Amino acid sequence: MYEIALRRRVVDHLMVALCGLAAAIGVGVLGVLLIHVVVNGVSALTPALITSLPTPLGVEGGGIAHAIIGSAIIVGIACVVGIPLGVGAGVYLAEYAGPRAGALVRFTADVMTGVPSIVVGIFGFALIVTRTGAFSALAGSFSLAVIAIPIVARTTEEVFHLVPLELREASLALGIRRWRTISSVVLPTASAGVITGAMLALARMAGETAPLIFTTLGNNFWNVDPTRPTAAMTLTIFQYAIWPYAYLQRQAWAASLLLLLVILVLNVAVRLTYRSYRGS
Amino acid sequence: MDAYLRLYRNFIFGLFTFRIARVSFERDDDNTVRAQQGTAIRLVNPIDTRLTAARGARATGPLARALAPAVGLQDALFHGAASVMGLLIVVLAALLVATMLERGIDAFSAFGPTFVVTSTWNPVVGEFGVLPAIYGTIVSSMLSLVIAVPVGIGAAIFIVELVPRWVAEPVSFIIEMLAAIPSVIIGLWGLYVVVPIVRQIEAFVGPRLSFIPLFTGPAYGIGLLAASLVLAIMVLPILTAVTRDVLRAVPSSQREGMLALGATRWETITRVVLPFGRQGIAGAIILALGRALGETLAVSMVIGNQFKISGSLFAPATTLSSLIATQFREADNPLYVSALIAAGFVLFCTTIVVNVIARLLVWRLSRVPGGRS
Repeated sequence: MYEIALRRRVVDHLMVALCGLAAAIGVGVLGVLLIHVVVNGVSALTPALITSLPTPLGVEGGGIAHAIIGSAIIVGIACVVGIPLGVGAGVYLAEYAGPRAGALVRFTADVMTGVPSIVVGIFGFALIVTRTGAFSALAGSFSLAVIAIPIVARTTEEVFHLVPLELREASLALGIRRWRTISSVVLPTASAGVITGAMLALARMAGETAPLIFTTLGNNFWNVDPTRPTAAMTLTIFQYAIWPYAYLQRQAWAASLLLLLVILVLNVAVRLTYRSYRGS
Repeated sequence: MDAYLRLYRNFIFGLFTFRIARVSFERDDDNTVRAQQGTAIRLVNPIDTRLTAARGARATGPLARALAPAVGLQDALFHGAASVMGLLIVVLAALLVATMLERGIDAFSAFGPTFVVTSTWNPVVGEFGVLPAIYGTIVSSMLSLVIAVPVGIGAAIFIVELVPRWVAEPVSFIIEMLAAIPSVIIGLWGLYVVVPIVRQIEAFVGPRLSFIPLFTGPAYGIGLLAASLVLAIMVLPILTAVTRDVLRAVPSSQREGMLALGATRWETITRVVLPFGRQGIAGAIILALGRALGETLAVSMVIGNQFKISGSLFAPATTLSSLIATQFREADNPLYVSALIAAGFVLFCTTIVVNVIARLLVWRLSRVPGGRS
């Protein structure tokens, strides 16, 4: 037996405790934030909020139906365009790309995920809004798709690499063409992971605000025409939060609660899918 | 290791051709991959079926000979489509740079380098210099790292080194969930919860430490300090997640050697684990810096958006991204818009440099064999 000097033991326990404290801070911040959003949001989260349109400014009541439909349109179009393109790019990276082209695309995709979303918003503004001469949901969808494509591409590539080579070889040995092997054997096997990536991208897009400021602009009225300025949940929260009307601030909290529910459900679902997929 | 792939015969029902296929795969040796697909009946393209049959017959019939080039064509089309989508990412990135340059060039050519070193922001006379925004961006990002780095690394050490998996998994999941919370919601929370707390802290600290220039000025609550706190919360998840992965990549033999020599847990961590992972941890910090530099909404909601360089942490300030976000709707002439886009381009270049450095650092470390993950 030997004795560890008291000082070393104390330092050890102290630092371990501090690390525990750090982890507790991380967990605690999320807890406190969620509690605040729930407590502040739940009172204003009524059926009327979801189904009705904003009242004239200063008149109590009204809802955010226009923002909910707007977000659905903007994110929906971005998904329909961005996710297939992202999956295709991931297929290219995993199955076809040579070492040089692959490294270039992979590196660009990684760097693109680090580009601030506000810059992507300016890109959408400069490329689409100034050319078409109008703020529109489509320009917003474009910006969101630019954000989503690299994310989906990288996750798709990673799950494709998890699919064993033997499976491809077995399929090819049966005389099945390479593209059929990829689309009918590899893709279905990797589907859980691909869906994971798509859902993460969806959650990310639903929460984006900065790109929409420059592209969809926002709108206080009901609009389902994607070529016109459109409201979005995040834009509405941003707007209402800094307006000096208590009832609008309550609605901002309620909208936050609604948005958080969607995003957390998506993330938790992804987590569960991914875990069962990896079988660990 | 078992792998099965069987394709049963196609059968024709009416005008349609179906294929019954069974694909399954299991790998039990090291328990890593398990994928299964049960029996599936699916509609197939009749042409495709005939082609498969034709290939089986070694392409002897006239029909097979006629269709043989088409088989290669399908592959080529698929390959081509995938390549186009892959290269689309590169094209989009190039287009982004080109568009930003094209639209920002007016401001760059009008002001040249003075754009980033002067402090005038006067849309009325058309003079623009973004130095205060650059100052605010750098100070708020750095301060947020000062707050978040010890917490993030501590949490990562806790997750990897100190607790069993059943504690580590949920803790790391919860911290990562912070990253999923939309920026605007963190901004809302920051504005109504963090800012009042910061105001009280400022009111308490200010009079007592006013001899230090950093802590002077009225206690607004809104300002650099609040922005840095909110930013610290936002970069915490990426810091923790990347550091956690880096620490997991440190070979277990390193720890075991140190522990066998009689070191305590903390000595093992500070003298072996952290030095081994220092490059990756530096990468994590720089990655977090990149995130902090570009963060927009939450910052613009709590920083006060005042275009002024002030030595105090209590003072309202602005950042490049919040400058763009808040001024954009007021930009009513081309030069004004161009100045904002140029500010965006400055931000873009900074984050690209920061991100590239971070990626290179993290990538190099993730290739070490023998880690825990």
